[in-house]
Amino acid sequence: MLQYLLKRLAAIIPTVFFVTIIIFGLQQLLPGDPAVILAGENQDPDVIAYLQKKMHLDEPLPVRYAYWISGVFHGDLGESLRIQQPVLDLIREKLPVTLQLAGMAMVIALLIGIPAGIVSAVGKDTVWDYAANVIALWGLSTPNFWLGILMILVFSVSLGWLPASGYVSPFEDLRANLAAMIMPAFVLGNAIAAVLMRHTRSAMLQVLNADYVRTARAKGLNERTVVLRHALRNALTPIITLGALEFGTLLSGAVLTEQVFSIPGFGKLIVDAVFNRDYAVVQGVVLFTSSVYILLNLLADLAYFVVNPRLRG
Amino acid sequence: MSAVTPVVPEVMARDATPARRALRRLVRRRGAMLGLAIVLVFVVLAVFAPLIAPYDPIATSWSAVRKPPSLQYLFGTDEIGRDVLSRVVWGARASLLAGLVSVCISMALGVPVGLLAAYVGGWTDSLISRFTDSMLAVPFLILAIALAAFLGPSLSNAMIAIGVSATPVFIRLTRAQVLAVKVEDFVEAARAVGNPHWRIALRHILPNVLPPLIVQASLAIAAAIIAEASLSFLGLGQQPPAPSWGSMLNTAKNYVDNAPWMAIWPGLSIFFLVLSFNLLGDGLRDALDPRHK
Repeated sequence: MLQYLLKRLAAIIPTVFFVTIIIFGLQQLLPGDPAVILAGENQDPDVIAYLQKKMHLDEPLPVRYAYWISGVFHGDLGESLRIQQPVLDLIREKLPVTLQLAGMAMVIALLIGIPAGIVSAVGKDTVWDYAANVIALWGLSTPNFWLGILMILVFSVSLGWLPASGYVSPFEDLRANLAAMIMPAFVLGNAIAAVLMRHTRSAMLQVLNADYVRTARAKGLNERTVVLRHALRNALTPIITLGALEFGTLLSGAVLTEQVFSIPGFGKLIVDAVFNRDYAVVQGVVLFTSSVYILLNLLADLAYFVVNPRLRG
Repeated sequence: MSAVTPVVPEVMARDATPARRALRRLVRRRGAMLGLAIVLVFVVLAVFAPLIAPYDPIATSWSAVRKPPSLQYLFGTDEIGRDVLSRVVWGARASLLAGLVSVCISMALGVPVGLLAAYVGGWTDSLISRFTDSMLAVPFLILAIALAAFLGPSLSNAMIAIGVSATPVFIRLTRAQVLAVKVEDFVEAARAVGNPHWRIALRHILPNVLPPLIVQASLAIAAAIIAEASLSFLGLGQQPPAPSWGSMLNTAKNYVDNAPWMAIWPGLSIFFLVLSFNLLGDGLRDALDPRHK
């Protein structure tokens, strides 16, 4: 166990190293002198000089990288030029909003995706299977920002049930918060539900043919117990680990969903930063996202290892 | 090539090449054929846009602002009086172009690199694999947004951003396929008769790893079309006034309450085009890999 853990941890180091290279490299894509571009429209020579010094632009590239990465290791992801605030503080401020959205989306995706997958596997080649597959294909092919607009059209404009935008903190008014978050969460969960349904279906199909499921049936258990207690339990492991890998989809989707519903989260932070040419924020957000993704991958691997005794040897 | 004639199964099994057998399996899949048909409709719309679109897609008309669908404007008009149908037709160009060009970029970068990694092996492979892992650690759309932001907003930069972001998937797939194929006897035989490395890689290995790459390409086009629409929706793709489905939706979201038709048609177009590539990809996978269920 310890050996596996150490090996897995060691494998992360080069990955993280290259991720930082990619993110640092983004800056080199800017045409011309980064300091001039970062200084914005007014092109104040003092600001440009300050930036050139701050970013060590007179030093060679590897030295600049070393300065940047040592900052990152000390928790300094740079500073937003627009709002004059450390990038890490901005992330800390916006993250809870996106976490709530992502969490609700994941719950919705699990509630739709897993039952749909089970039904489709148990009733393979029946109308149910066909219907679940059509719905999954719809989920995978619908751009979530369009689904968001359609839901606003139906539930806000036509029916007047839910607000079209306007985020309220759950600590202020939980009801208003949930009313504002339920549509975006559904929109975001929709595509992941489709992926989960497909994973669940194929995992269940494999398990349903296993010997122990046949044994369970042979000893006279009712079908419900066979499917839920014997088959699903064993199928869940790959579903959960694969589900953890959907985190990237969740974050990419959050960028668009937050834009449609004007939710002041992580996604809106990166989009606003892009338009304000606040490149340090863009880099910081990308670095943070990738680090979390790498960490979740690691946890998913470890979870797989923990729940599957055969791997422990 | 001889014409395909209805033949008895034994003859078919003898004279058909694997490619032709796969094609036959593909033609039998209704979903894939439906997908192909929809793709072709959009291709015709994109190619003949100037002939099909009833109006100039960027001509504004202050006397026809936000008119609902009618006989004169089948899909209605937008907030500055442009014909939505004409813009949807012309928008097919941006979407199809983005889908195709991005995936060509991904394949042009990813296939040679993956081939190199698997064929050469050793530290070249380790280096490439670690780099691929890192690119995969950045969520696809976030990487594309960051690249598009640093490159500057335009359709061509969006295509580059999407193409580069989707490259690691092709590197990984090519590498895995080549690793499996390079130990086959026919590769050994090609080496034994003294073929140079480049010839073994390009003539003997590459054609044998193509089928899964074709499947992946078709699914990647679907993803690239959604990604282009997403970038345009955020203002990082096709720039106004040039028509693109994503940017049309971006404007439409501000007029949902009084001009919903502005949002319906571009969204439906994205949905059908993406769906058709997904159907085609699923069908290709079943046709090219009969073991896959």
